Amino acid sequence: MLRVFWCILSRDLTLAMRRRTDVLTTLFFFVIVVSLFPLGVGTESKALQIIGPGVVWVAALLASMLALERLYAADYEDGTLEQMLLTAQPLSLLVLAKIAAHWLLTGLPLVLIAPLVGMQYQLADSAIGIMMLALLVGTPILSLIGSIGAALTLGLRGGGILLSLLILPLYIPVLVYGAGAVEVSQIDLADTQPYFALLGAFLLIALVFAPVASSAALRISLE
Amino acid sequence: MALNWFKFASPATFYPIAGRLIPVFWILTLLLLAIGLYWGFFETASQLGGSNPQKEYYRIIFIHVPSAWMSMWLYIVMVAWAAIGLIFNTRLSFMMANAVAPTGAIFTFLALWTGAFWGRPSWGTYWDWDPRLTSELVLFFMYIGYMALHSAIDDTRRADRASALLAIVGLIMVPVIFWSINCPDPNQCAALHQRSNLTRIDGNILFSMLTMTLAFWMYSFATTFMRLRGIILTREAENTWVQDLLNARGRT
Amino acid sequence: MLEVNQLECRRGDRRLFTELDFSLSSGTLMHVRGRNGSGKTTLLRTLCGLFTPERGEIRWNGESIRELGEEYRRDLLYFGHTNGIKGELTGLENLSIAATLDGDRVEETAIWDALKRIGLAGFEDLPTRMLSQGQKKRVALARLILTRARLWILDEPFTALDVDAVALLQTLIADHVATGGIAALTTHQEVPLTSGQIEQLNLGN
Repeated sequence: MLRVFWCILSRDLTLAMRRRTDVLTTLFFFVIVVSLFPLGVGTESKALQIIGPGVVWVAALLASMLALERLYAADYEDGTLEQMLLTAQPLSLLVLAKIAAHWLLTGLPLVLIAPLVGMQYQLADSAIGIMMLALLVGTPILSLIGSIGAALTLGLRGGGILLSLLILPLYIPVLVYGAGAVEVSQIDLADTQPYFALLGAFLLIALVFAPVASSAALRISLE
Repeated sequence: MALNWFKFASPATFYPIAGRLIPVFWILTLLLLAIGLYWGFFETASQLGGSNPQKEYYRIIFIHVPSAWMSMWLYIVMVAWAAIGLIFNTRLSFMMANAVAPTGAIFTFLALWTGAFWGRPSWGTYWDWDPRLTSELVLFFMYIGYMALHSAIDDTRRADRASALLAIVGLIMVPVIFWSINCPDPNQCAALHQRSNLTRIDGNILFSMLTMTLAFWMYSFATTFMRLRGIILTREAENTWVQDLLNARGRT
Repeated sequence: MLEVNQLECRRGDRRLFTELDFSLSSGTLMHVRGRNGSGKTTLLRTLCGLFTPERGEIRWNGESIRELGEEYRRDLLYFGHTNGIKGELTGLENLSIAATLDGDRVEETAIWDALKRIGLAGFEDLPTRMLSQGQKKRVALARLILTRARLWILDEPFTALDVDAVALLQTLIADHVATGGIAALTTHQEVPLTSGQIEQLNLGN
C-alpha cells in the first residue's frame, strides 16, 4: 500500500520538477491577486487589516482551483490515467497520492508565502501565524474537494470555467472558517480554537470521502 | 402478486402515462393556485401581529415560503433519482433527475426574487447577507452547476452519471455549507436566527401557504413530465416505439 | 477463462452490438474484426471493465469482473490507443512505475533486458518525449515482456511499428498464447501461432 502511494507521489513530484513553470504560475497568481486588492480598495492599514484574511483566502481558493485543472488532465491525455484505472491497486489510493502530490506542489507553497502576503496587509505577527496554520489545514481540503470536480470535468471543453462553477460553492465552509480564524485571532487568540476544530473535522471527512468520490468520477469520465 | 416496477421504469411505458397525467396536473395546479391566492389575499389578516407588525407586503410569503420549500424538496428529489440511476443503471431515473433540475432552479430563483422584494420594505434593502438568503443562493448555484455539467458533456451517459455524482456530492455538502453560513462564528452559535414554528402561525395563513405548496408540487409534476417526454423522445429516437409514434402523428 | 454472456453496449444513443456471447479458454487468441465504428474498441474497453455494458455479464474464471475488481485487474493487461507512458519520464522510469502499480516487484535489470529486447538499448535514459512515435510505442509494448498478466487485451497494437517490431510483437503474443495465456486484439495483421487456437469475432455486418 505505502509503496504504491509513494510510487505515485514521487512520480508526480518528479514530473512537476521536470516542468517547473506550472508550480510557479500558481504561486505567482496567488501573489498577484493578493497584491491587486490594496490597489483597488485603498492602502489604509485599518481597512487592509479587515479585508486581509478574506482576500488571502479567496485568492487561495482561486489559485488552488486554477491548478486543479492540471491534476488529471495530463495523465488523461497520454493515457496513463486509463492505465491507473486498470492496475491491481485500489483507485482511491492512487487518487489520494495524486492529490497529496498536488497539494505539496500548489497548496504548500501558498502556506509558505503567507507571511509575505500578511505583511502586505499589515497583519499582526500572531494573525500571520494563525493564517499559516489555517492555510495549512484548509488548503488540503481545497485540493481534496477540488479533485472531485477535476475528475468530473475531465477533458471537457471550457472545463476550467465549468470547474469553478461546480467547485467554488463547495469551498464556502473552508472560506468561512479559514478567514474567520484569522479575523478572530486579531481580537482574541484563544477564540480561534473552535475554528481549527471545525477545519480539522472537515479535513478528516474530506480525506475519507473525496478520494472515493474522485475515483467514482474518474471511472465515469473515462468510460 | 409482485408488481413489476421495472416495467414502469421503461421509457416506452412511461411516455404515454405521463402524457395522460400532464393535463390532470395542470388543472390541479391552476385550481390550487386560485384557492391559495384567494385565501392568502382576501381571507387572512392584513397585519401580522407581534412586536414587529408587518403590513400588506407580508402576503408575499404565500409565494416566497412555498417556493423556498420546493427548491429544497426538489433538490432532494433530483438527488434521489440520480442515486437510483447510479445504483440500478436505469435510464429513466437519470432522465427524471434531469427533468426536475430546471423546475428546482426556477423555484430557487423565485424564492430569491420574492425574498428581495420582501427585503426592500422590511429591511430597507434588496439583498442582505441573511443566512437563509445566502443558503438559497448557494442552492441556486448547485442547480446551475448540475445543469451546466450535464449540458457540457456530449455523451449522454457520461453526462447523466457525472452530474448525478455531482448532485450527490452536493447533497452531502449542503448541510455543511448551510451550517457554515448560519454559524460563521463557532464561538457563539447559540445566538442564531429565530426558528420558525408552524404551530404558531395563524390558521388561515397556514392554510393558504400549504395550498400554495401543493399547487407548486402539482406544477412541478406537470413541468417535469412535460420536459421528461421531450427528453425521452430525443434520447430514444432510434427505438421502434418512438418511430411508430412519430409515424402515427404524421398520418393524422 | 473469460466468458461473455448476452453483452449489449451503447455509445451515446446508438446501440453498437447486442446479445454477444463468447468464451475464451486459456491458450486462445481472439481477433476482433469489424468496420470503423462497429464497436471494436468499446468491446475491448468493456472487457477491461472500463466501460459499463447496458446489459450482460463478463466473467473471469467464473466470477463477475465487477465483483472481482482489483483481483481481475491483476490478471489483466490493456493496451489502448494511447501509449500510457509519460513523455517527461525515461523509459526505465515509466516501466518501473507500471510494474509497481501492477503489484509486481521487477528488478531494474529485468527492465533493462526488456528494453534491450524491444530494441531500445541506448535509449533507456532519455525522456520518452524525445523518442519517435514508433519508439514510444515500443516502450509501452515492453510491458508485455515484463508483465505476468494472464489476459492481454490489445487495441490495434501493430500500428506505427516497423517490420522488426511487428515480428517481435507477433512472437510475444504467440509465446503468451503458447504458455496458456489469453489474448484479445483488434488488428488487420495476422498473428501466426505456434500452438493454441484462434477465434474470430466479427462485429456489425
